[in-house]
Amino acid sequence: MKKLILSVLLLNLLAACSSNPPKEEVTEPATTSAAAVSTTDADAQAAADAQAAAEAQAAADAEAAMMQKNSVYFPFDVDAVQDADRETIMNHAEYLASHPDAKVRVEGNADERGSSEYNLGLGQRRANNTKRALVLGGASASQIETVSYGEEKPRCSEHNEACWAQNRRADINYSAQ
Amino acid sequence: MRRWILLCLMFFVMPAHAVLNIEITGAGEHQTPVSLVRFSGDAAIAQGLLDLVGNDLTRTGLFKLIDPAGKSPREPRDIRPAEWAGVEAVLIGSIESQAEGKVAVKFRLLDLVRNAELMSQVVTARADQVRAIGHRIADLVYERLTGSPGVFSTRIAYVSRDTGVYRLVVADSDGDNEQALLTSKEPIMSPAWSPDGQQIAYVSFEKRRAMVYVQSLTSRKRTLIADFPGSNSAPAWSPDGKLLAMVLTRDEESQIYLANTNGGQLRRITYSDAIDTEPSFSPDGKSLLFTSDRGGSPQIYRVSIENNEVQRLTFESGNAFSPRFHPDGNSFVFAHFRDGVFHIAVHDMESRQTQILTAGGWEKKPSYAPNGKMILFATEVQGRGILATVSSDGRVKQKMVAQSGDIREPMWGPFLK
Repeated sequence: MKKLILSVLLLNLLAACSSNPPKEEVTEPATTSAAAVSTTDADAQAAADAQAAAEAQAAADAEAAMMQKNSVYFPFDVDAVQDADRETIMNHAEYLASHPDAKVRVEGNADERGSSEYNLGLGQRRANNTKRALVLGGASASQIETVSYGEEKPRCSEHNEACWAQNRRADINYSAQ
Repeated sequence: MRRWILLCLMFFVMPAHAVLNIEITGAGEHQTPVSLVRFSGDAAIAQGLLDLVGNDLTRTGLFKLIDPAGKSPREPRDIRPAEWAGVEAVLIGSIESQAEGKVAVKFRLLDLVRNAELMSQVVTARADQVRAIGHRIADLVYERLTGSPGVFSTRIAYVSRDTGVYRLVVADSDGDNEQALLTSKEPIMSPAWSPDGQQIAYVSFEKRRAMVYVQSLTSRKRTLIADFPGSNSAPAWSPDGKLLAMVLTRDEESQIYLANTNGGQLRRITYSDAIDTEPSFSPDGKSLLFTSDRGGSPQIYRVSIENNEVQRLTFESGNAFSPRFHPDGNSFVFAHFRDGVFHIAVHDMESRQTQILTAGGWEKKPSYAPNGKMILFATEVQGRGILATVSSDGRVKQKMVAQSGDIREPMWGPFLK
């Protein structure tokens, strides 16, 4: 069952690789036509620079937003990456593919409904499957280390489903490398 | 018959701190009525011994302490049976100060029913080792009156977590006399005692992932045993102390391996595409209990070390985790998760029956006392992890509430030779 979910997801990822062109977040130049008539070359250069800077900023913001979204989530006692996290996986896989020097640590976690050792194993499987999905999305296996924290580092420590859902997760962590 | 046995206690003793409150519920099927008479000699030591022996015996639920009501016999001939109606045994003794700050504690246990002396011993120790003397006396009283060795002198290990600081703690079996073996800002898991009680193997995340270490309790020297890629965890010692079972993900899945106690001569024991973890040696050292989800949900299995043959042992609804053999090898205790709660349960391997011992809650990681009479486990009170015990028949329960921190991963240590 777990493996079936994973393989369906992987097919989806592969389909995404072949059919979806890389997203180019192109910002249309903000043209104010009246002002454009009287611009000097220097002004034009300044405007172009400002525009390039804005674009760079937008791209950086988009990348930062992508980097911020670095967790994938799992149902109870399931270690297969879920379809809901396809975009997160693809974003990071593409980033890793286009930045061959970048390295990540995928840290698997589990909720507390198990023994600490079983949960360490479950977190490791979640990390391993997240790595597999990233590699299928174009990242290189050598860019990715997998570790598990099991139930040892809960993001939320109450005994309820809302909390547990946050703790059943794998984090794709760049800064930790 | 009088037998004077000289015992020299050479324990590494730190100042005692009363950091735990102990709450006991239930009682044994039969409670032996016992009177403890305050020993003659140094009053402070005598009171300390009286309290300690009394607390130790009371915690088992097997004894009813009868106040001697002012009577203070020093010798067997001082005891008039008519004055001790309903009392089956009386402990009397004396404390004698010796040179170099030592004391000799002489004690005798008298059986008033059969009018016999059950025990007569002398323990010499430093005056600051009163706790160790008291636990030793309680061990002997327990053994003479129940037929099983006492475990009051044994130690326990656990992990405490307090404001982001993890400590690996070793303490007396009553939770007192805590000593931190390791302090870390990263998690610590799964302490495991060597059979001689001199070393502890454990999992530490100090290098930002799970690795197995072994540390000496006496020299405090520690050795990194397993640091393969991924997770290295769940150490367990063979009964002869020569092998360590561990769980490694070096071949992708969590699988059980055996190694020498320095981590060398690795040999894989389980072969599955599931999570195989929490190995625990049988008393004869020939097989391991373990937790595996190879059948779809986590249950308890057994694997032979000789031929790697695997047998499923539990078929519980819900999940089964953390198996530990009873010292007699005929049953095991485990954590049973069902309907959203954990219970401590015992599975008899001959009858294949499972008995739930506790009311249920956040009860995890059970381990037997070395005499098989009590089970230590982790539970929670008001969201805080605490230690608890239950007698192996489920009758007597106690909770040990620490004044601060969150306690997890307890493991009862062996008899000290």
